[in-house]
Amino acid sequence: MIEIRGLGMYFGKFQALSNVSLSVEAGEKVVICGPSGSGKSTLIRCINRLEEHSSGQLFVDGVEIGEETRNIRNVRMEIGMVFQQFNLFPHLTVLDNLTVGPVRVRKMSRRDAERRARKYLQRVHIPEQADKYPSQLSGGQQQRVAIARSLCMEPKIMLFDEPTSALDPEMINEVLDVMVELASTGMTMICVTHEMGFARKVADKMVFMEEGEIIETAPPEEFFNHPRSKRCQMFLDKVLEH
Amino acid sequence: MPKTHPSLIKFQSSQHRTADAGRWVRLMLDSRLMSILLYVLIMGLIIRVLMTGAQAIGYNWQWYRVSDYILEMTDDGFQVGELLLGLVTTIDLTFRSFALAVAIGLVIALLQLSSLMIGSRIAIGFIEFVRNLPLLVLLYLIYYVVGPIFDLGRFTASVLCLAVYHSVLVAEIFRAAIQAVPLGQWEAARAVGLSTPQCYRYILIPQSVKFILPPLTGEAVHLIKSSAIVSVIAVAELTTMGRNIISDTYMSFEIWFTVAAIYLIFTLILSIFVTFLEKKFEVIN
Repeated sequence: MIEIRGLGMYFGKFQALSNVSLSVEAGEKVVICGPSGSGKSTLIRCINRLEEHSSGQLFVDGVEIGEETRNIRNVRMEIGMVFQQFNLFPHLTVLDNLTVGPVRVRKMSRRDAERRARKYLQRVHIPEQADKYPSQLSGGQQQRVAIARSLCMEPKIMLFDEPTSALDPEMINEVLDVMVELASTGMTMICVTHEMGFARKVADKMVFMEEGEIIETAPPEEFFNHPRSKRCQMFLDKVLEH
Repeated sequence: MPKTHPSLIKFQSSQHRTADAGRWVRLMLDSRLMSILLYVLIMGLIIRVLMTGAQAIGYNWQWYRVSDYILEMTDDGFQVGELLLGLVTTIDLTFRSFALAVAIGLVIALLQLSSLMIGSRIAIGFIEFVRNLPLLVLLYLIYYVVGPIFDLGRFTASVLCLAVYHSVLVAEIFRAAIQAVPLGQWEAARAVGLSTPQCYRYILIPQSVKFILPPLTGEAVHLIKSSAIVSVIAVAELTTMGRNIISDTYMSFEIWFTVAAIYLIFTLILSIFVTFLEKKFEVIN
């Protein structure tokens, strides 16, 4: 589904990614962790080209992503993305947040789009909030709306960029529960997160990054119990302390 | 309940009284009546100074003649006076040039924000050129240089001049407002798959409106005021009419006061209308 070969990326002179290779199969759940500034977010933002890589190759569903990509929008339609700061559209109601993509990009009729939106609001357990504005919802509810917004495009892949980092502790679980449920539907997911309990539960593959490089890739069992690299061990010790 | 010493009671009540007096003074100063009184007093003083000045130069007040230039009562009913005709032209001029200025301004702002190097260079070049010319020189340029080439009339040249001059200021307002929308909105819109025009149309511009309205009103008021400059090429708007009347009647004080009052009323109405609009948009956000 996703094939990354020797990806490199610079912000000015700072090397954000160097020689990153990773492949993700359809239906696979990948959790990326690592200290802040290690390039995790940059990596997943390259996948839907919110960032532009400077070297290497990147394929999504067989289409190469790069300067020559004719229709990046067609690729983005198939990739849902959930942001740390939710990024809901504050001037639109919850329902309109969910329908703007299907109506404007997929050219669905408003009625069909609304039916679909209500279905996914049900899926994230907040059908009753459809007519509110994002500012009237709690952080956890906003993030669930953001997940539903992405799902409304019925993407093949979902990217999560630290979806729970901006949430109050008591709201983290409601979002993680939705993500676990989503994982059980067979969605291909790439999550950048520090929630190791979630990672243990759903991940098929753990990736540890530091300073723009992938240090370790392993199944969760092996990753948590016998990390090979010392740096990964140190990171896990810090994260799992509590 | 513990008994309070009598002297203490006296002390407390006297302190109470001064606090009371302080509050009363503040209430009085804050009151609507007081501000109206102050306003009347200040305006009265200004008028008084003007009157004494006029008296000193032996000015002959003829206010009774002014009303004819606004609405004239004749045998066949009311006749629209010259000043009112001028106001109509001013309004016409203002609306046309403002609409054009907003349209040009939006295009320049989008060019400036575009990732095309040539787009932003053209926009910046245009902005710097227009912004650094005096309005009067721009008017002469358009009327005497561009005008004959394209066969532009006085009115068209004036509309064009005001629109061009204000479009760069409007463009800056648009650019700042669009940039005030958080970057995350762009990213979310693009991640959903919206094209760049769709991002602007459905996500960025609707959110910019609340940043645009207040400075854009200021710009509209500014435009109404700068429209007076077209009197130098004799477009029959309010200021020109005022000048013509004065050259016929020598009533400079009365006519200029009246013209000023008409401009003031026009801009005030506009400001009130926009305050109402702003409140409406505030509810949405």
